[in-house]
Order: sequence, then C-alpha cells, then structure tokens
Amino acid sequence: MRCLPAGESALLVELADGERAEALHAELLRRRATGELRVVEIVPAARTVLLDGVENPRQLAAWLRELPVPPLEARAGGAVEIPVVYDGPDLAEVAAHWGLGAREAALAHAATEFRVAFCGFAPGFAYLTGLPQNRSVPRRATPRTAVPKGSLALAGPYTGVYPRSSPGGWQLIGTTDLEMWDADRSPAALLTPGARVRFVPRRLPGDAP
Amino acid sequence: MTDHAVSVVRPGALTTVQDSGRPGHAHLGVPRSGALDAPAAALANRLVGNATSAAVLETTLDGCALRPRRALTVAVTGAPCSVTVDSRPVAWGAPVRVPAGALLDVGRARAGLRSYLALAGGVEVEPVLGSRSADLLSGLGPARLTEGTVLPLGTPATRPPVLGPVPHPAPPRELVLPVTPGPREDWFTDGALRTLTRARYTVSAASNRIGLRTEGPPLERAVTGELPSEGLVLGAVQVPPDGRPVVFLADHPTTGGYPVVAVVRTPALAAAAQAVPGTPVRFVRTGH
Repeated sequence: MRCLPAGESALLVELADGERAEALHAELLRRRATGELRVVEIVPAARTVLLDGVENPRQLAAWLRELPVPPLEARAGGAVEIPVVYDGPDLAEVAAHWGLGAREAALAHAATEFRVAFCGFAPGFAYLTGLPQNRSVPRRATPRTAVPKGSLALAGPYTGVYPRSSPGGWQLIGTTDLEMWDADRSPAALLTPGARVRFVPRRLPGDAP
Repeated sequence: MTDHAVSVVRPGALTTVQDSGRPGHAHLGVPRSGALDAPAAALANRLVGNATSAAVLETTLDGCALRPRRALTVAVTGAPCSVTVDSRPVAWGAPVRVPAGALLDVGRARAGLRSYLALAGGVEVEPVLGSRSADLLSGLGPARLTEGTVLPLGTPATRPPVLGPVPHPAPPRELVLPVTPGPREDWFTDGALRTLTRARYTVSAASNRIGLRTEGPPLERAVTGELPSEGLVLGAVQVPPDGRPVVFLADHPTTGGYPVVAVVRTPALAAAAQAVPGTPVRFVRTGH
C-alpha cells in the first residue's frame, strides 16, 4: 500500500492490484459506517482508492498503514441481473480475438460472474471485472462519436454498459434496455462499487429474432 | 404555475443554475459541480438575504436578461458588469429591487468571465441528488438557460440582507495558482517539474466548467506507460498526452487515466473561474 499526496484534503491510496483495492474499499466503507472514518468521498478505481474531504491526510495515511484489511468476501445476496441481446456491431471482432464463434463468445461472456470494480466516465457507468485475463480486448482504434444508450461494451479487462448515448471507444457486443442511471431511483446508479452482476441472454447470435 | 418565478428573455452565451454542488457521489461517477466562483455566489446570496447555498445563476461573458413575474430583490457579483432595470442603470454588488414585469439585464463582463445573479428566495428547480446545479459534463441537473425558460423561485427569507458596498477581488491580470505535489509527480522528469513552476502558461480558449486548459511548454513524462484510471480531486493538474496542464474545475470527471502532476489549492480556484483566455498563469509550488 502506498499513500500518495492529492492536495490538502485528500489522499490517493495505491494497492498492488484491483482485488486489493476492492478489499480496501469494502473495509473503508465498513469503517465509515461505524463512524470511525470521516471522509466525504471514497472513490475506488482500477488499483487505487481516493479519499477526499478528509481533515488531516497525514494522520489518515498513518491510520491506513495500521489498518487490517480482510480479503474480499463474496457479497451476501444475489447478483444484479441485466438482460442482454447479444447483437453488438463488434461482437464478431471480439469473438475472433478470443478465438471463438460469435455465439460461443456471447455464451462465455454471459457465463461470467462480474463485480463492479469502480464507477466513472459518466453517472452510472460501472467498470465490471470478472473476465479472465486472456479475454482482454483492445479499444477501438477510432472511437465512435455516439455509442447508443444501453450498449454492452468491452475494453481492456473491463465490461460496461453505457448509461446514456455518448462518444466512446469500447467494443460493442450487445444491448440492454435496463436503466443504468435514474436520478429518481435510490440508489440512482443500478450498479454500485462491489455489486455482483450477471448478464442474462435474451437473444444470442444464431437465434431467431 | 405560481407567479413567484422569472422568465428568461436573453439566456446569454452560457447561463446555468448553480448552488454549492453535489459532493459525496463521486463513487457513482457523479461530478461535484457547483458555482465555479463559490465566494462570489455566496456573496450574491447574502446580499439578497438567501442562505449561501441557495441556487443562483452563473453567467458566462455576456450576462443574461430576465423578467420577474412579481417584484423581487436581486444582486449581481463575480465579474463586474453593467446591470440595468428597464434600461436604467442600477447597482452591481448590492441588493436591487426589480418591479414585477420589468426587464433585468445583466450585461457583458467588463473584466473576468462569470457573473453571479442571486434572486431572493433562490432558484427552486427540482434538485438532483441534493443539488440544483447544472452539471455540463454528465448532463445532471437543469439544462442551461434558453430563451423562454421559466425558473421557479423559493420564498424569500426574512433575514435582513447584507447591505453594500461589499469588497470584492478584481479578476486576475495574472493567475497565480499555488500547487502541492500531485499523486503522479514522479511520472514526470525533473525538467518537467521545473518547467511547470518556472514557465509562463496562458489560459486557453478551450477552457470550460470542466477544466482550465493552458497553453505553454509541454511537460515531459519520465514514465510513458498507461496509467490505470484513478480518482481525481478538484484542482487536480492533469497532464494529457499533449503535455499541457489542465486544472480540473467543478464539473471535472470523477476518475481519469492521465497522470496528475500537482494539485491547486482550492481557494485559488475562484480566481481561475474568472481568468479570461490569454491570461498569464503561474504555478507556484507551496509546502505540503
């Protein structure tokens, strides 16, 4: 664990890998819930956790170094299920990258249990981990100017769903009509850090439409 | 609709509803937003007797014009500009009574960029996640003002307004930004760190509520690999591949994948909000 400076009221904690970052994030949420940790923002990311809105970053760094962090446990309760039509324009390319047919690639994706590693990019956009390392895919060489809302997409080790139409360079493999973000819902984001997620195929390549 | 409202006659180049923002949701990808020149917004509110966190209008460069449906106390702060009621000049930086149906015009900024218009009772559009701020990066909160927009107002407080004249900082001729080391300072060469604090940068015209972009010598990286996305703070000085520092303002993204070389101290960001394109910028290293 490395504590990096991030201004007068924040600290960026860097971990060895994403799993340790998720474990620290879970532990920090527990400590905040008990009142032991006072902080405005706890922002997990690929292998860091940002603590923002803290009174004394140095004191916090010292506390963190002594903090026992239990390994990540599977969260109690079921996974969030997201119905998907595997019909994305980049599915064939992703499948070829994996050495599979389009239908097999979709089945392999849907068989994966994902977890929300962190959110960002847009409200309700979750970076989901769970695919094995050899299933990483490159970003598109040329980003699309408009990715449709509800697109299921892959980039690097991550899977995500675009909560609204926006530019984007991820590989599109399917679509869902579930709302990822609804400001009138609580929580507004369907997927929050730590949540487990499964994609349920509504239609696979080769199925009758 | 209630007559306790104002209608927008001239929206100006970019006028948005802003309050003190929506901190606490960065983990969901929600920027904090809020008035860029927070002290000016708070002062405008105090002048009309509002709580300092009430929603105000933030204009950009050329002001805006409104017509209240019933008599209303207003105040304009931030970038100095002419203020008129039915074409008659009235005070800037002081409470002004606007009769029902009169035209309130907040003019072009004479210096600086952003003026703040507080309306007694505050703008009472529907809050999103506890804030009425417009977030231009992610599209949360009320849309930017357009001609014909009707803004509902809250009930004016009974607390006595602060009476003018009030002190206000002049918009900066030179923007001095005190910085502390950022989390990825070691991703840059020693030469780049010297360049950051010794070279003269200028404010780029591409600046907006998301970030203050600069023009000047590019900062050379010592580590050229890709940085996995990580959380970003307000005032983070991020360095994209072109090497020109970007200072993140209220609508900044919550995570990003370019290294942050330094962090600007928060009190200096109000001046950054008023720095017009071409303003010289100096980054000054302060103790950590």
